Amino acid sequence: MAETGRLIAPAAPPIAPVTLVRVAIIVFVLLFWEAIARSGLLFRDVVPPLTVIGQALIALLAETDYYRHLGVTAGEIAIALGVGGVTGLAVGVLLGGSRLLARAFEPYLYYLGPTPKIIFFPIMIMWFGVGPGSKIAMGVISCFFPLALSAAAGMRQIDQVLIKVGRSFRAGTWAMVTKIYLPAMRAPVVNGVRLGLGVAIIGTLLAETKLSNRGVGFLIINAYSTFNMPRMYALLIVVFVLSIGANALIGRLGGVDQIKRA
Amino acid sequence: MTGRATRTFVPFALGFGTLVLFTLALEALIRAGLVNRFIVPLPSQIAGAFGRVIAEEDIPHRFLVTARESLWAALLLALFGIGFGVLLYRVRLLREATETWVAALASAPTVLMYPLFLVIFGRSETTIIMMGFVAGVPAVILKTIEGLAGTRRVLIDVGRSFKLSEVQLFWKILLPAALPTIFVGLRLGMIFALINIVGVEFLINFGGLGQLINDLAERYDLPGTYAAICFVILVSVVFFFLTDRIERWLRPVA
Repeated sequence: MAETGRLIAPAAPPIAPVTLVRVAIIVFVLLFWEAIARSGLLFRDVVPPLTVIGQALIALLAETDYYRHLGVTAGEIAIALGVGGVTGLAVGVLLGGSRLLARAFEPYLYYLGPTPKIIFFPIMIMWFGVGPGSKIAMGVISCFFPLALSAAAGMRQIDQVLIKVGRSFRAGTWAMVTKIYLPAMRAPVVNGVRLGLGVAIIGTLLAETKLSNRGVGFLIINAYSTFNMPRMYALLIVVFVLSIGANALIGRLGGVDQIKRA
Repeated sequence: MTGRATRTFVPFALGFGTLVLFTLALEALIRAGLVNRFIVPLPSQIAGAFGRVIAEEDIPHRFLVTARESLWAALLLALFGIGFGVLLYRVRLLREATETWVAALASAPTVLMYPLFLVIFGRSETTIIMMGFVAGVPAVILKTIEGLAGTRRVLIDVGRSFKLSEVQLFWKILLPAALPTIFVGLRLGMIFALINIVGVEFLINFGGLGQLINDLAERYDLPGTYAAICFVILVSVVFFFLTDRIERWLRPVA
């Protein structure tokens, strides 16, 4: 009997090779970690067994005091992002809207942006005290630069047609900003907020590790001071997961993925 | 003055003039007692403290310490960053499996691991160098992959038509074509590394320029602290400016 010549798609493997490689890497790393932990090659507790880290993580998440510290840090970061975000956006819109201002002041932002911000901490302590004020200020100066530069770049990318449409409708400055500039700059601004959030978290937490008696940064340095390594690992895991999660959440809420696909 | 010169001079004059005006206004406000001089020292005092800090605090030695740490971090970045980038480019499956992880690592607050590194490596230069390396390596890996993957097909085909071996193809075609992008990655990596190196020096009170700021702040030497911060900013800006120029010089080669 002759073959009908029907096209049959090759059956997809039950598990994608990429997933298999990922699982293999994770399993290898965990086994390697456990082997090092149990080998006695390193000082006791520097590399604690996974079970001990897991227990420390559970104990940390069950601790009410931890949530109080997390609340302090989250509050500081939120205020820092709010203040740094609004000022950064305003400066970015100003610079992006004027070629003269951009050429006069943007080089300063461009070169000051990547300097290590933590060195300003002694000044922030003198200006805002040893409480949350200096940590918020560290977060503000950390997130101001990426936000201002992203907003300025976004402003320059706006389609001139949209600006002309706004002007032809005799839109005022506020209407231009809220109806034309900000919606058209959504993607770079959201990216700026993501970058800003990352550096605000770093600025705030580093300041807490240097001089504080509350916040997650304080908990990390306290775990170091008392040589409680499982707790330090647990805290670092929590901080990493929350930071990456918050970053992804802002990207999703800002709809950056949809913008890129469009 | 030509139109081009005017276009260059006016923005510079506006930017620099504003900076000078701001400094003069601050000096006046402090002298008038409207700004507390025990919180913000006089700009003239800060300018005067530069010479003292450079002479008394052994700035050249501290600068060399930070430069040495940065150099070690740069060497590690070049060795492991480019090495891993090439490996991930060559082994496609490994690249697909791990590229998103490397990108996630780039956005993770790795500098917070410094207490962990303190426990592992002690309060030493190794901790500072490793913190710089960890901060910079994802950028170098990602840019190396991007540079190698972005090599124009026609260049690879020319290499194959000359029957180049895989090793020859890499050294004579892929690497030279990817070099500008790899340098962008190294520059980014070095920026992240330098931020972490100076930051960790400050935080653990050890090493070069970062430690100087911490020292002066703890002594409540306000003009000295401000002058040291200005010096570190100046060093950072010169570094970024020079690497930016090199990057622009390399770009037309691509």
